[in-house]
Amino acid sequence: MTSLQGCLLVSALLFAIGLAGAVTRRNAILALIGIELMLNAANLNFIAFWRYGPTPEALSGMMVVIFSIAIAAAEAAVGLALIIAVYRHYRTVNLDEIKNLKG
Amino acid sequence: MTWIAQNLWLIPVLPLVASGVIAVNKQRQRKLAATLAIGSMAMAFLLSLCAFSATLLHHGDNGVFREVAGFNWLQFGGQWLHLDWVLDPLTAVMLVMVSFVSLLIFIFSVGYMAHDENFMRFFCFLSLFAAAMLGVVIANNLLLFFICWELVGLTSYLLIGFWYHKPSAAAAAKKAFITTRIGDLGLLLGMVWLYSQTGTLNFYAKGDGCLESSALNTMVMHTTAIGMTVATAIALLIFLGAVGKSGQLPLHVWLPDAMEGPTPVSALIHAATMVAAGVFLVARVYPLMSASLNPVRLGLDLSNLGTPFPELILSSHSTALQVVTWIGALTAIFAATIAVAQTDIKRILAYSTVSQLGYMMLGLGVGGVAVGMFHLITHAFFKALLFLGSGSVIHGCHEEQDVRKMGGLRRFMPATFATYAIGMLALSGFPLFFSGFWSKDEILHSAHGWPVSHIPFFLGCAGALLTAFYMTRQVALVFFGKYRGGVRESAAHSQSHEKNKPSSHEDSHAEPHESPAVMTVPLVILAGFAILLGFVGTPAWPWFDGFLNGESAVFNFNKLTEAGTLSLMLASAVIVFTGLGLGWWLYGKRLRKTVGEPDVLQNAQPAIFRLLENKYFVDEIYDATAVRFNAWAAQFCDFLDRWIWGGMVLLVTWVTLGLSRLYRFTDDFVVNLGFDTGCETLREGGGEMSKWQNGRVQTYLRVIGVALVVLVLFLIWGRKS
Repeated sequence: MTSLQGCLLVSALLFAIGLAGAVTRRNAILALIGIELMLNAANLNFIAFWRYGPTPEALSGMMVVIFSIAIAAAEAAVGLALIIAVYRHYRTVNLDEIKNLKG
Repeated sequence: MTWIAQNLWLIPVLPLVASGVIAVNKQRQRKLAATLAIGSMAMAFLLSLCAFSATLLHHGDNGVFREVAGFNWLQFGGQWLHLDWVLDPLTAVMLVMVSFVSLLIFIFSVGYMAHDENFMRFFCFLSLFAAAMLGVVIANNLLLFFICWELVGLTSYLLIGFWYHKPSAAAAAKKAFITTRIGDLGLLLGMVWLYSQTGTLNFYAKGDGCLESSALNTMVMHTTAIGMTVATAIALLIFLGAVGKSGQLPLHVWLPDAMEGPTPVSALIHAATMVAAGVFLVARVYPLMSASLNPVRLGLDLSNLGTPFPELILSSHSTALQVVTWIGALTAIFAATIAVAQTDIKRILAYSTVSQLGYMMLGLGVGGVAVGMFHLITHAFFKALLFLGSGSVIHGCHEEQDVRKMGGLRRFMPATFATYAIGMLALSGFPLFFSGFWSKDEILHSAHGWPVSHIPFFLGCAGALLTAFYMTRQVALVFFGKYRGGVRESAAHSQSHEKNKPSSHEDSHAEPHESPAVMTVPLVILAGFAILLGFVGTPAWPWFDGFLNGESAVFNFNKLTEAGTLSLMLASAVIVFTGLGLGWWLYGKRLRKTVGEPDVLQNAQPAIFRLLENKYFVDEIYDATAVRFNAWAAQFCDFLDRWIWGGMVLLVTWVTLGLSRLYRFTDDFVVNLGFDTGCETLREGGGEMSKWQNGRVQTYLRVIGVALVVLVLFLIWGRKS
């Protein structure tokens, strides 16, 4: 097993854990954390494919990942803000109870 | 063209507008209605006087003064229908008579109808009638004439049936309308035939009118069934209209029944004006009536070849005029005999009217326009006077119309008695001082000189005798002797005393009373004219005759004493005196004491009296023939309607109903069922699908995850294969 395969395996594991968390957790904040995990699994993939790819001297993989992390930060901020807004409205963050499509 | 001839239409339009305004106002505005009706009538009367003076001014210029004006009404095909009016002496005389008599009767009606709650409606109808009658008079066009003629018939119907809650009045109105309609059918046919022959309905149109020589000439040239010329046939058809309207035999039956209407209506419509419209019609189309073939063409040599069209001569013994004469003479004697045996004050006058209308027809037939028209004018005044007088009597006797229950009214109503006596003497033809004498004398004189037959003359004389007789009978029964009407009322009176009711009101009602001034003043005015009018048409000064014929009259006293004239005048005076004396001997000397006592004539000749009392059973004969046939035909039509046509309609209905049931079944169980099922399936499908859209974010995510796995597996599996 090469080190690339090991990286991908770790990344897939991470993604699966994130997905399971996002799908199964009832708490919105935990579901958001699951989504962050899946995002980081993707970042790990980027780094792995860059490091073991044909041109590791170019900094393209690093750049994409930093960019992606910045977006994830923004996404986390927006997501948390949404959760606060939802909480204020419904007085709960249980995703099962937030199922009305309108107002 | 004079101003008045141009604006002659104003005369009928004024009362028409008044009638319209009254019709749209509220029912309580009596003053407004009376003012409008009388005001418009007064205006119309003034305009009529203008028209009359215009004809007087132009009198004797050259021939008969005649001016026509009008407008195009509507177009059909390439031809225009005109509505024209004419101003000539005939029109002018009739205008003045109609508007003046109407004016007086309107004024009288204010008193007579004072207690009627439908006062407004009455004046609305009266004004409409006056408008239509004036329209008849001014028409220079058979179409306009016919329109107004029918309007006159309509208002007559409305006014006879004015008290429609009385079944007899409603029946009389229907009878009048239907009977005159029979005559009007003839008039309509005549009108259509005239149009098809001459292409015009205008009476006078500077040579193109249907009463002028070129049109008459074409009509005389053609012959139709049984050797009649077309002119004669058309004239007879038109005369049929006049027979219906003027109550001549055999269509006289409606006129006596028409007395069910209010008395002013009887006076205005069924004595003075409307019934005279038939006579006026004959006078108006007189050239057509008198047109006949020149006997020269039949091989006889006569010297009067002065006309430019040798085929045509205007003769006073054309076939049409002979018919007019005979009908008139028979009607005159027929109705006079019936009047002898009647007991209703208005019915006596009604039969007298029929009889006098017969005289007018006789006069037209034997003597020409002026003779008939003169009697029309004088009769209008004295008959209006008599009817209004009878209205005053009826009013005074508390709506009692039976002469047997009157009597002695001379003391109670002196003004009515005096004027009534004048009217009665004028109608009887009392010599020298009363208009009826001069006009009737002129008719008898012409009848005497009629070359065809002398029988109409003798019939006329007999009629004159009877006229004097029945009028004396009536006056004796109504005004002389003791009042016989109070019996019933005094019985009721004593009863009311027992019940302690206030009885002063009933006291005043027990005896007859004189009518108010609004009713007696028109009587006095009419009485004045009933005397004076005779002097415009005496043999010594035949002004009326000359006026209508466009000649100037000369005063020639010697004409009075000419052999034929004087002897005839003496003869007619003897006849009148015989009639008056006979009447007074039978009824005046031995006055009736009680209500139930049989009539003097009834004691002498019960069979004849019964025949006369029942009006020769004409109504019964009509009931047994025409009315029964009509009823049978109506029943037959009813049967056809109910079973044959109704059955067909019903069949169609059933078929339609069956078809629609079928459609409904198909709709319900085929179309709707299929469609409904489709819809239901779609809806259920939609419901299933909508369960996916449940708002649970994590479910969506789960689906995305599963889909992703499936996609990846698919890609992997696809690559491998």
